[in-house]
Amino acid sequence: MTGLTVRNLNKSFGALKVTDDVSLEVAPGELHAIIGPNGAGKTTLISQLSGQLASDSGTVNLGGRDITRMPMPGRVRLGLARSFQITSVLPGFTALENVALAVQARKGSSFRFFAPVATEAALNDAAMRALAEAGLDDRAHVLARSLSHGEHRRLELAIALATDPKVLLLDEPLAGVGGEDADAFVDRLRRFKGRLTMVLIEHDMDAVFKLADRVSVLVYGQIIASGAPEDVRNDPAVRAAYLGDEHGEAA
Amino acid sequence: MTETLTAPAAGRAPRRIAGRVKAAACLFVLFALMPPLAAALDDPFWILIGTRFLAYAIAAMALDLILGYGAMVSFGHAAYLGFGTYAVAILSSYGIHDLSLQILAGIAVSALFALVTGAISLRTRGVYFIMITLAFGQMAFFFFISLSAYGGDDGYGLTQRSSLFGFDLTGRDGALYYVTLALLIGLFALCHRIVNSRFGRVLTGIRENPVRMEAVGFAPFRYQLTAFIISGCITSIAGVILANQAQFVSPAFMSWHRSGELIVMVVLGGVGTLAGPIAGAVAALTLEEGLGALSEHWKLFFGLFLVLMVLFSPRGLTGLLEKTGLMRGKS
Repeated sequence: MTGLTVRNLNKSFGALKVTDDVSLEVAPGELHAIIGPNGAGKTTLISQLSGQLASDSGTVNLGGRDITRMPMPGRVRLGLARSFQITSVLPGFTALENVALAVQARKGSSFRFFAPVATEAALNDAAMRALAEAGLDDRAHVLARSLSHGEHRRLELAIALATDPKVLLLDEPLAGVGGEDADAFVDRLRRFKGRLTMVLIEHDMDAVFKLADRVSVLVYGQIIASGAPEDVRNDPAVRAAYLGDEHGEAA
Repeated sequence: MTETLTAPAAGRAPRRIAGRVKAAACLFVLFALMPPLAAALDDPFWILIGTRFLAYAIAAMALDLILGYGAMVSFGHAAYLGFGTYAVAILSSYGIHDLSLQILAGIAVSALFALVTGAISLRTRGVYFIMITLAFGQMAFFFFISLSAYGGDDGYGLTQRSSLFGFDLTGRDGALYYVTLALLIGLFALCHRIVNSRFGRVLTGIRENPVRMEAVGFAPFRYQLTAFIISGCITSIAGVILANQAQFVSPAFMSWHRSGELIVMVVLGGVGTLAGPIAGAVAALTLEEGLGALSEHWKLFFGLFLVLMVLFSPRGLTGLLEKTGLMRGKS
């Protein structure tokens, strides 16, 4: 089990401070949800953690190793994977090929020029397992561009799983997914609990409070509260800033 | 279950690939039949012309490897043709006429040039990549313009052709033609293996979505650079053939017009298909010969043809054939 420690992380775009002195402690094996209103800087924070965006200052620490200056591919190889809020797959590849590439990234050299990759059983088998875990194995041979929105969300998850992550960064995996699809997705994530450390950004409050061990609230780039779901829900600052009294009463 | 696990993607892609290999095989058979046909028609001139076609087919296919599969539009690829031609000229001026040594020399220079210019060019994207490869191509062009020992601007005539394993190709147009055809077939097989390998899948993945590739752990740069180098090396082999075909080398082989023509061949034949650019090279050069005989304004008609092609079949000749079902592309 690997944890993720973030210390005093900052990021500005011009005069706009998008990540403002963020510190987070994600314990090994926990599911840590980050919630906050639109424009709070959640996706920026995930991008900084995954290495897609360089941070202005502060440190990111994965299982005791400082990865602040490491580019994204290196972090993935250390076991830090992300899924994207806006589906980002290889549209001209089948679902299986999308996932098999993620397996290939960690299994052996990709400087192999002669053997056909499509029949590499080790890659395809591991990819099928990841697809099955994400609930998409029945659509393995469909081109990614032909998949539905809900299937794209599952493909995102399967690709992230196929990198064999220790820490999984999930950027709104439920965006645009509703009803039974969403319930099944939440069940799937629950099954990964204890096996993976997860950082979850999500707007679906039901999902967040069902899944999270701890919740941090991000507003204008700052963490204004962090703790057990119940404590955060009852935190007056959070209710004022984000949840609103309505939600507090309903809960 | 195990069957679906190990079977390759059962979708359209494998069938389309098989169709393209079949189309390429048909082309190769036609190429092989061309010299006897030309001899029978008492038109041996076409054997020499045909060698030029095949050499450009090699170059167009090599460009497709990065343009079609890697989305790297190199506008300086004629430089590698030039390295191949001058490898012949310079080595033969020192008495080295062996074709395989000349090819190796062309490849070595091209690999070095591609390594350095590619490493710099790949820091840019899109239109900037096109412009910077053009700039490097022009630098190579002007280097050979000023190389007065080999005729500079005027070029340099070769007194004899290369020899292959001691067999002199001088005056043997048919032999040179079949050597070129053998190279084309071998290099097509090589490129076909590459694009369907682990490396090829990474290269194609970077074309589709570079950010996603980084997010699963691939650093695109090294794969793109490797493909860029491979493509440059293969293109230089075409240059070695062209020098032998014309028995003359000049910087004209590496002008930016030539780079543009290579791109036209790839687009005309079908981007990202390997077999397409081979047909594209033949089609473009046939039109050049045919229209050139009809009118001195042939480029106007060629341009018109190209516009129609891009408008009505963006996937080039390959797309046209697949649409009509001749290549059994559709499932």
